[in-house]
Amino acid sequence: MARVVLRRMAKNQRGVIAVVKVGGELGQRIREMGLVPGTRITVQGRAPLNDPVALRVMGGTLTLRNNEADYIEVEIQEEQR
Amino acid sequence: MKTPLTFALAGNPNAGKTTLFNALTGARQHVGNYPGVTVERKSGIHTLPDGTNCNIVDLPGTYSLTAYSIEEVVARDFLVQERPDVVINIVDASNLERNLYLTIQLMELGVPLIIALNMMDVAHDRGIEIDPERLSALLGVPVVPIVARGGRGISNLMAEAHRLGQDTAVWRPLRVSYGEDLDSMLLQMEKVIEEHDLLTDTYSPRWLAMKYLENDSQIREKGARTSRQAATLLEGMAAEATRHHQVTLGTLPEALIADQRYGFIKSVLRQGVLSLRHDPDRLYTTDRIDQVLTNRLLGPVIMLAILFGLYTFTFTYSELPVAWLEGFFGWMGDLAEAALPDGPLKSLIISGIIDGVGGVLGFVPLIMFMFFGIAVLEDSGYLARVAFMMDRVFHTFGLHGSSVMAYIVSGGIAGGCAVPGVMATRTLKSRRERLATLLTVSFMNCGAKLPVLALLTAVFFAGRQAMVMFLLTLLAWAVAMVVAKIYRLTVLKGPSTPFVMELPPYRFPTLRGLLIHTWERTWHYIKKAGTVILAISVILWAMMTYPGLPDQEEAEFAAQRESARSEYFASEDELAQRLGAIDRREAERSLELSLAGRIGRSLEGISRLAGFDWRTNIALVGGFAAKEVVISTLGTAYSLGEVGPEASESLATTLANDPAWNPVKALAMMVFVMFYAPCFVTVVCIAREAGSWKWGALAMGFNTVFAFAMAVLIYQVGMFLGLG
Repeated sequence: MARVVLRRMAKNQRGVIAVVKVGGELGQRIREMGLVPGTRITVQGRAPLNDPVALRVMGGTLTLRNNEADYIEVEIQEEQR
Repeated sequence: MKTPLTFALAGNPNAGKTTLFNALTGARQHVGNYPGVTVERKSGIHTLPDGTNCNIVDLPGTYSLTAYSIEEVVARDFLVQERPDVVINIVDASNLERNLYLTIQLMELGVPLIIALNMMDVAHDRGIEIDPERLSALLGVPVVPIVARGGRGISNLMAEAHRLGQDTAVWRPLRVSYGEDLDSMLLQMEKVIEEHDLLTDTYSPRWLAMKYLENDSQIREKGARTSRQAATLLEGMAAEATRHHQVTLGTLPEALIADQRYGFIKSVLRQGVLSLRHDPDRLYTTDRIDQVLTNRLLGPVIMLAILFGLYTFTFTYSELPVAWLEGFFGWMGDLAEAALPDGPLKSLIISGIIDGVGGVLGFVPLIMFMFFGIAVLEDSGYLARVAFMMDRVFHTFGLHGSSVMAYIVSGGIAGGCAVPGVMATRTLKSRRERLATLLTVSFMNCGAKLPVLALLTAVFFAGRQAMVMFLLTLLAWAVAMVVAKIYRLTVLKGPSTPFVMELPPYRFPTLRGLLIHTWERTWHYIKKAGTVILAISVILWAMMTYPGLPDQEEAEFAAQRESARSEYFASEDELAQRLGAIDRREAERSLELSLAGRIGRSLEGISRLAGFDWRTNIALVGGFAAKEVVISTLGTAYSLGEVGPEASESLATTLANDPAWNPVKALAMMVFVMFYAPCFVTVVCIAREAGSWKWGALAMGFNTVFAFAMAVLIYQVGMFLGLG
């Protein structure tokens, strides 16, 4: 298990959110969508110009910009197949 | 006689709220605005099984009830001020966990609640099994499974809501535990609130205390206005809690509150409410479609094709109804021409009123087609993908990925129209980005600017027309982006609205939904903009007509006609030509003496800097009515009589032979026409959509100054280099 910033995650990589380090409106928007500590996420892909990033969260798809993803740290789960 | 019950619909965007609202109210809808803000207020009437009518209010779709967006403030103000009898919370069953986040907040507020568990079919297909009774028991709120699209379960839902609405509703706020520290702080704060009786007639003490901990700007303001003493006390306690949490846990109370709410939801779902049959990361049809539509290489290509398709659809298919309308108003004009005696009344009716009404309604087919096209993209879920793919580019200029639509419709592909373009900004949810888009879409080369640009390029840039037009399109994009950035750094300064956004599953839009969508927005345009546009059209007509010729000059023209008639002419045609020439000179002189003409004359001193003489000035003043009017007014000013935008050979010849015109002046003029004040229909729409006339005034003032500066620059540099 390694902790990385969401921006650094590769496509199809999975993990569990460890901490969201931002308050105010951005913090609220991130949390209300379910991006809170303990939530499992998978990086689904990135937009053609590499930003924003699309995540698979609780059965739905969310997007956020890279500079917004910088506030989210994720515990990476090793690929288990 | 009992007052009818009021039910409010609350829910996340994409949870099916609009579908349920349409199913409940059908055509009996009313769309307005909440007072003072541009958020749509949709309400309608629904007939309950016992024959009584009830009011349904569709609240804006939100994920929370914070004070960060107008939609959320509007929704929660409605709930606490108008106290609907029942709040129907529509919840997407296939995305239960996240949807319940709003539910918890509604329960904390204490509203009488019923949950409509929508899209049970989708959830089932995805292997999600939900036990509604268990959910209802654990939350203490009635839960009714429905499929809003198929209309299933709706009568059950309304029966349940009806039952609930007949109880004298006592608000019973839910108390979620936020951990020892916060709970004890909340209790202390509640005490202060109760002692000072702070806003307790509207909000529950615990809810208020929580909002103080969440740094809620609206509640803090209200609190400070009601009791400064209590507010200072509470703010101090909230600051203390923030410091304590930052030191001991490295987190903020607001973060902890959100985390605990999700913790509460997770614990409810784990108690036998939700079971999954598949891996949640399994790929569904939507994801397969996305692998193609948002693919790095293919995605942008397909997007361009789709946007081009929308554009072609809007402007090609609306041609026929637009032509019908033009024909109809032309016919009305002819009718008035024949029936009324000559004079100012006739001129007012034809040029002021009929042209004015025609001007308003002429845009209707365009707006309808555009809204229909956008509704398809929006309801199907594709619009969110467009925003996703384009955001990187537009974000750089302080805009949002969704801005691209408005620019394209306005003429980003030359030949659009800024009026539907301004309306298209409704798909943008974030205020600053939306205003920056609104204020700059009119820089695009709309269909009305094209005849002007085409005429001038044909005369002065013969052989290089395509190249010049292409460069002008690129210039329009560059200017729009740069000016948007300037706005975002000055009057619209502020951080970008977060892009944390859902990519909803693709769905087939329902025809009924599309038609309702299209119609209500179009009707909004006719009602709101129509009256103002008619009034301004009459004012513009008066400016171009009055004060008219002095009696003495009028007599002179009459005498000239008289003498022409008494002369000998070889044929009737020749006489007619001679008389026509006199008419055209009279029209020119009358235009010169009109208010618009006087403005044009008086501005000549300044406008010379860009090479514009008084004739050009008048034409540009006329262009405020509609950009293509520049050509016809220029025609009148050069004594050429009526010059239609399509038949402007005579004007082209005149300009080509006039020593005052040269390629540099033509370029300065083209750039000015592209960027100066938008036509007044656009200005009215900007003011309406932005919610204040000051934005309309800004668009007129800033654009004109900016365009003039560019025109002067081009003219002076060009003439200095001897290119003229």
